[in-house]
Amino acid sequence: MSSIAAAWKRLPWWVEPMAVVFALTAFGIYSLTIVVFYPGVFQEYVSPFYSPEVGRPDWLPWFITAPVLILWIPLGFRATCYYYRKAYYRAFFWDPPACQAKAQQLDRPWARSTESYKGERALFVLNNIHRYFLYATIMVVAFLWYEAFLTVFTPDGFQITVASLLWFLNIVLVSAYTFSCHSFRHLVGGNKDCYSCIRGGNVRRKTYNFVSRLNTRHPQWAWYSLVSLLATDIYLRLMQAGVITDFPIIGG
Amino acid sequence: MDSNSAEQKDMASKAHADVHADEKAAANGKTAKLRIFRGDSGGGELVDYELPLVEGMVVLDAVLYVQAHQAGDLAVRWNCKAAHCGSCSAEINGKPRLLCKTRIEEFDGGEIQVHPLKAFPVIKDLVSDISWNYQVSKGIKPFTSDEQAPFTMYEEDVERLYEPKKCIECFMCQDVCHVLRTHHKHAEFAGPRFFVRNQWLEMHPMDNQDRLHDLKEDNGLGLCNITKCCTEVCPVDIHITDNSIIPLKERVADEYYDPAKWLMRKIRGNRGSRNGAAARNGSRNGN
Repeated sequence: MSSIAAAWKRLPWWVEPMAVVFALTAFGIYSLTIVVFYPGVFQEYVSPFYSPEVGRPDWLPWFITAPVLILWIPLGFRATCYYYRKAYYRAFFWDPPACQAKAQQLDRPWARSTESYKGERALFVLNNIHRYFLYATIMVVAFLWYEAFLTVFTPDGFQITVASLLWFLNIVLVSAYTFSCHSFRHLVGGNKDCYSCIRGGNVRRKTYNFVSRLNTRHPQWAWYSLVSLLATDIYLRLMQAGVITDFPIIGG
Repeated sequence: MDSNSAEQKDMASKAHADVHADEKAAANGKTAKLRIFRGDSGGGELVDYELPLVEGMVVLDAVLYVQAHQAGDLAVRWNCKAAHCGSCSAEINGKPRLLCKTRIEEFDGGEIQVHPLKAFPVIKDLVSDISWNYQVSKGIKPFTSDEQAPFTMYEEDVERLYEPKKCIECFMCQDVCHVLRTHHKHAEFAGPRFFVRNQWLEMHPMDNQDRLHDLKEDNGLGLCNITKCCTEVCPVDIHITDNSIIPLKERVADEYYDPAKWLMRKIRGNRGSRNGAAARNGSRNGN
């Protein structure tokens, strides 16, 4: 892994922002297409993009499908996430695209003047509501856990299949991403100056330290969980299309 | 921390020994090529220098060699040569680095360009005027406690304070930060180094001051868009963005951008009380 990281560092500075633009755009187009045009449930499996399943009032325009009614929550969570903010400020806004002197000279090449920079004081001050998206996302994560268990405890009995392993891997990664969040870290202990002065301080401190350890890998969890969401959904679509048959490991 | 200081010690002693091994290098026949910025606030240019390469040589050794043998008027600021004083910060191939912690061999014989820190006015050659930072520092509310030191504090309450204390004030984070470097917001932005200092003060259990208003209004915390260049260049590995800036942004959000917390304060009526935030955060003497 470290050799891959070293090789990645040797690449020209523009590779990383361009890769982020490509990956996030591709993911955005893929997820938008499937949730608007395709169903996401096959047998006992619910695609993570379609969880939790909710009813949809008929008067809504056609493109507001049932998953769209939920998806704004995880989307908002990722859009206001401290890691993704770094990623899109660098990759999409070139503000700055990278840290080297040459790259910094290309900071927002379209801006009228370099002094017009507002940072997170103008429109992006809205990113401060990240914590509210966190609260809502925790509820969605609970449903994803529930649905992962439904792939194991089916109406026909207990089973473990390749698909259910994939569903569990996905929710573990999504949970790691969600609970390594900087806002969560602040909520559990970062907002306190003195643990020995408050009730339950020791638990707060231990939780804070655990979340801090998870938090050092927050960018990795962000990408791993994005890939696992994609893999889970593609696996479901392949089963739907009859291209693959789920492989049972226990039961089934 | 231990391995880091051991490495620095090793590096320092080795480089020291190697400076006195010019003859060995000459016999070796290898040379190092440097392009060093020569000039002042009015402008300047890169000048080429070639010198005998000694194994283990750092860029500062090379610069000092040039100063001793080829260009006696070359200006460079340095002090401990052990990555502890933060004096020899400069830009090597466009990246802020400590001259004393960057080995020549790292560049595999490729070009080595040395510039002064560009976010601050150049005085001469590799020396920039970093005094703006000391002005900013003076503007930060100092540590204030109701109790007299020495304090009785528990390890668990101060373990987060070791990391910001590692700062050697090399100001490379200030140099690389685009808010200062590109957007020239020196008048309204304190820069990463001073968010690190503020985080230490804010999280200190014995401190009784509330700096959140200053951070938002005077220090321009909202101008930071957390693109992490400061973290990338920190020579003592302080996770500036994750452990200083973001925790402060979260505390400012608590105070100014959280509607539920705002409502709770209205109901409880403790908004505006002296040291309100310090009391809520559980400071020992905050109330």
